[in-house]
Amino acid sequence: MAELSGAGGRARPTGGLELYAWLFMRVSGILLLLLALGHLAIMHLIHSVDEINFAFVAGRWANPLWRLYDWMLLTLALVHGFNGLRVMVDDYVRQAGWRMICLVVVYALTFFFLIAGSMVVLTFQPGS
Amino acid sequence: MYRGGTGQAAWLLHRLTGLGVLLFLLIHILDTGLVLFGAEIYNKVVIIYTHPVFRVGEVGLMAAVLYHALNGIRITVLDFWPELSGKQRELFYGVVALFALLFLPSAYLMLKPLF
Repeated sequence: MAELSGAGGRARPTGGLELYAWLFMRVSGILLLLLALGHLAIMHLIHSVDEINFAFVAGRWANPLWRLYDWMLLTLALVHGFNGLRVMVDDYVRQAGWRMICLVVVYALTFFFLIAGSMVVLTFQPGS
Repeated sequence: MYRGGTGQAAWLLHRLTGLGVLLFLLIHILDTGLVLFGAEIYNKVVIIYTHPVFRVGEVGLMAAVLYHALNGIRITVLDFWPELSGKQRELFYGVVALFALLFLPSAYLMLKPLF
C-alpha cells in the first residue's frame, strides 16, 4: 500500500520513475486546475449544453489556439487520470497475476485514448 | 492508512472523484470523436447532455472536478511546505468553504434551465 504523507497525499517517493510520476501529478494538477475548470466554466457557465452542437465545435476549432487548449487538456487529463488509476491498481490489486493484467489494461487504454483523442482534436475538418 | 478523521475522508473523496472524472473523460473523448463522422450523428448524440438526468449528472461532474482540484491544491501545498502539516484540518475546512463558494452558484446556473 502506498505510504501516505502527513496530509493524506502519497508520500514523496525517494527517486527514479516513481518520483517523476509523483512530481508530474502535482505539476499537471496545477495546470489542469486552470484547463479543466476553465473548460467547465466556458461550456457550462458561459455557454451551456443547449448551445453545444457540431457548428459550435467547428466554430471553436477554427481557431488553432482552442485546439491547442483542448489538446493540452486532453493529454494532461488522460496521463494524470491513468497514472492515478495505476497507483490505485498498485494499492488494491494484491495478486501478482491480476495486477499485471490490470496494468496492461491501464497502459493499453492510455495509449488508445491518447492516439484517438489527439486524432479527433488535431485532424477534424468541418467540411468533411 | 486508516487513521480516520478529516485526512482520511479527504483522501478517499480524492480517489473517488478522480475515478469518476476519469470515467467521464473517456466517455467524453468517445462522444466528441463523433465529430469526425459528421454533423448529423454528432448532434443526435450530444443532445443527450441536455436531458434533465444528464444535467444533474453534469452538476455532479462539476462537484467532482472542483473538489478534486481544491483538495489537490491542499495536498500539493502540504507536500511542498511540510511545516504546515499541523494545519491540514484547517486547510481541509478551507477546501470545503471554497468548494461551497464556487459550487453553489455554478449548480444554480447549470440547473436554472430546468425550472
